[in-house]
Amino acid sequence: MRTPSRSMPLRQRPLLRIVLASLWFGLLSLPLMMELQAPYFGLGRPLMVSVVVGLVGLLWWLASQWSERLRHVVARVVDTGGSHVRQLAEGPGRRLLYALALACAVLIPLGLNRYYIDVLTQVGMYVTLALGLNIVVGLAGLLDLGYIAFYAVGAYTYGLLSTRIGLSFWEVLPLGALLAAIFGVLLGIPVLRLRGDYLAIVTLGFGEMIRITLNNWDSLTRGPNGIIGIARPKIWGFTFSNPIHYYYLIVAIVLLTIFVVDRLNRSRIGRAWTAMRDDEVAAEVMGIDLMKTKLLAFGLGATWAGLAGVFFAGKMTFISPESFTFFESVIILCMVVLGGMGSVPGVILGAALLVILPEMMRQFALYRMLIFGGAMVMMMVLRPQGLIASPRRAIALRREDQARSAVVKPASERLGLPSRGERKRGTP
Amino acid sequence: MLLQQLVNGLTLGSVYALIALGYTMVYGIIELINFAHGEIYMLGAYMGIVAFSVLTTFHLTAPSSGATLFLMLLAAMLFCGACGVTVERLAYRPLRNAPRLSPLISALGVSIFLQNFVMLAQGPRDKGFPHLFIRGGIDFPGGRISSIQIFIMVTSVLMMVGLQLLVRRTKIGKAMRATAQDKQMATLVGIDVDRIISVTFLIGSALAAVAGVMVGMYYGLINFFIGYIAGIKAFTAAVLGGIGSIPGAMLGGLLLGLIEALGAGYISSEYKDVFAFAILVLVLVFRPSGLLGADISKRV
Repeated sequence: MRTPSRSMPLRQRPLLRIVLASLWFGLLSLPLMMELQAPYFGLGRPLMVSVVVGLVGLLWWLASQWSERLRHVVARVVDTGGSHVRQLAEGPGRRLLYALALACAVLIPLGLNRYYIDVLTQVGMYVTLALGLNIVVGLAGLLDLGYIAFYAVGAYTYGLLSTRIGLSFWEVLPLGALLAAIFGVLLGIPVLRLRGDYLAIVTLGFGEMIRITLNNWDSLTRGPNGIIGIARPKIWGFTFSNPIHYYYLIVAIVLLTIFVVDRLNRSRIGRAWTAMRDDEVAAEVMGIDLMKTKLLAFGLGATWAGLAGVFFAGKMTFISPESFTFFESVIILCMVVLGGMGSVPGVILGAALLVILPEMMRQFALYRMLIFGGAMVMMMVLRPQGLIASPRRAIALRREDQARSAVVKPASERLGLPSRGERKRGTP
Repeated sequence: MLLQQLVNGLTLGSVYALIALGYTMVYGIIELINFAHGEIYMLGAYMGIVAFSVLTTFHLTAPSSGATLFLMLLAAMLFCGACGVTVERLAYRPLRNAPRLSPLISALGVSIFLQNFVMLAQGPRDKGFPHLFIRGGIDFPGGRISSIQIFIMVTSVLMMVGLQLLVRRTKIGKAMRATAQDKQMATLVGIDVDRIISVTFLIGSALAAVAGVMVGMYYGLINFFIGYIAGIKAFTAAVLGGIGSIPGAMLGGLLLGLIEALGAGYISSEYKDVFAFAILVLVLVFRPSGLLGADISKRV
């Protein structure tokens, strides 16, 4: 439904467009990238931007010349890959597959050094976090940008209870999860009436409020200095000290998370979430209590962040507000989005990729967030359903695609109203 | 003390108002919370410094002349306008018919990208803003209003009046209002909606650029991170005034500035940022249409 614009004739001259685009980006990057003191005013860097943009554009164009449907081909390859993964995970051989995956998870680390085990432990932690956020964002369709706050709640629960009262890790683990869930519900009550984008910014605000409070409430949290000397987990006189112990602990937590999230997804509640995400009005008409369903999503999502938080505090034995910034929330959101919102294997893949890739590209550490940002935009533009699309979501998106290309468009689109599923009833 | 806080609050508030205008205009027209808007403001502040150093290195203007200041503002406005339009073209336009979550995540991506781009290109440290222009001030019983504060308030008011005239009196303003009301109908009467949306981004970004340069002058230091918090506060201001409403954004900005200054002065400066968030939550929960916003049911 793109209206013909003035650039129409340009569109027929792709090479000119590429040149113009590369010049434009060179020009845009010029002011901030040049250095007046350097030889030639440091014009090399913006020139480089120009050249890179030009080359990428050229490659893109050549590829599309070579096969106009290349984009679709790529999409299909990824799609079939994704659906294979899904079929494997759901087909008859799934028990075997699960056993195999579990055996790998248990046995492989035995041959690895501390560093790799540490990275794998991180993967596990983020898988737990991302699966929890997936409940809120992927299944229920509520964009939560302050998710890290619940992680902080879990971590500080253990940090404080361990150093002040001397409660053990195992006692705090359920407590932390419960407290995070309570926080989720408490924060949810006032804000869940809001529509998607408002909810996003308010949750962001809540996340920041919790961080600022942790940072300033010196008498309780020792402010920016953080809490040190948190007890390591112990079990029957055996203290967790080696990274591999933590690794097995997180594997257990991840297994529990996967099991529960998968069950939830297939349960009545899971279907209610999906229904609500797709169309709140229709869902309510079908007898779904929106408030209750949303609060459940918030509470159950926060639970996993709380668990991961307790684990984090137990593993690091030191926590400070620095670990709970907005960017952590964004990274976890990226994992969910990259992997495929609502899809459990997708989210696991997303979390693994976003932990392991930056570790592999240590020399580009500076560029990490830059690439993240760019990738988020590209992902949304080129493949909004993520690497492994969730089956239900894939159907919904495909239908939307068809609707868009159909001659007769649904009324909501023709009239430029918000799309299906985002239509909003009046404020209750 | 009270008067001083009021002056500080109004200064800060007029800056928030300028940024809030960008949020509210974009929201009014495509119902998108442009998360990257705060970053555009940050780019404006940096462009101010760059323009200053170009002008003085090549001895184009005298460092503390009005011409330098004017050219700095102009350069920042042009640059940010261009950035805003580019961002819209690349990250939002392809997603105009996508589910609502998509442009929001895309906007978040742009924001992270721009922040890190500036960090890499200009360094992670604070940058000093040239202290050359407006000095002095006026003392009054109980406080002092510096010339720079006067400059900020006057410039903001001029910008807002200009914007109001543009939107109410010109043809392009009429087209913008029409597009905000109904895109489909606007297309039917011959308005190039894509172009109007670009113009909206251009104007909003240019206003944010002015705010960026002025804040740089006011505080004397900028870094790549200032856009984040300023963006959230300006968004709060826009919501407070009623998102989608231009006078609302102005009012909301001023009010937020005052509340923050008074809160920081009388309650606690450490929790200064918490006030803004608390207001945001309270407004959204109890009066989602904001102070001047119309029809609640459609907006929230």
